[in-house]
Amino acid sequence: MTKIDIIQDVYEKLGLTKRESAQVVESVFEIMKDNLAKGEKIKISGFGNFVVKEKKPRRGRNPQTGEEIQISARRVLTFKSSQVLRKALNA
Amino acid sequence: MNKSGLIEELSRRENLTEKKAAEVVNLILKGFVEELKKGGRIEIRGFGSFVVRSYNSYTGRNPKTGKNIEVAPKKLPFFKVGKELKERVDKGE
Repeated sequence: MTKIDIIQDVYEKLGLTKRESAQVVESVFEIMKDNLAKGEKIKISGFGNFVVKEKKPRRGRNPQTGEEIQISARRVLTFKSSQVLRKALNA
Repeated sequence: MNKSGLIEELSRRENLTEKKAAEVVNLILKGFVEELKKGGRIEIRGFGSFVVRSYNSYTGRNPKTGKNIEVAPKKLPFFKVGKELKERVDKGE
């Protein structure tokens, strides 16, 4: 499933034009991205939580050369699925 | 931000009624759950992708009691962040 399938679904079921459907679906993901880029979490009940985590710098190794390198501090996005979703997948 | 915050923001940005915005968000989420239940993959360019991974049963241990327990086979959803979002989150903009 890709954005095209979602847009088609919105178009067929919600009485919007193709253009409007594409626009609103795009907007949903833009809102989520803008929010996460600011470092704020998103909690979608019944689906899961998207959380930005701060990672401290750490020592790593280049697996190809074996050379030791410093991995810089960074922010990463994690997803924790909701209990409801995990139950639904195993029902 | 939670689901109602997302719906409000969508209604504001796109000039939709809150009802219509809620329908859009709920339809997308329903589609996601149905796709994952089928074992399918969801790929949103610039955002990320969701896949379901299957695990066989294994013998685990209750960390509190130390008792061995048989863990049933299970399926878990996984999210892999897309390149654009990954970069934006790291930069914080």
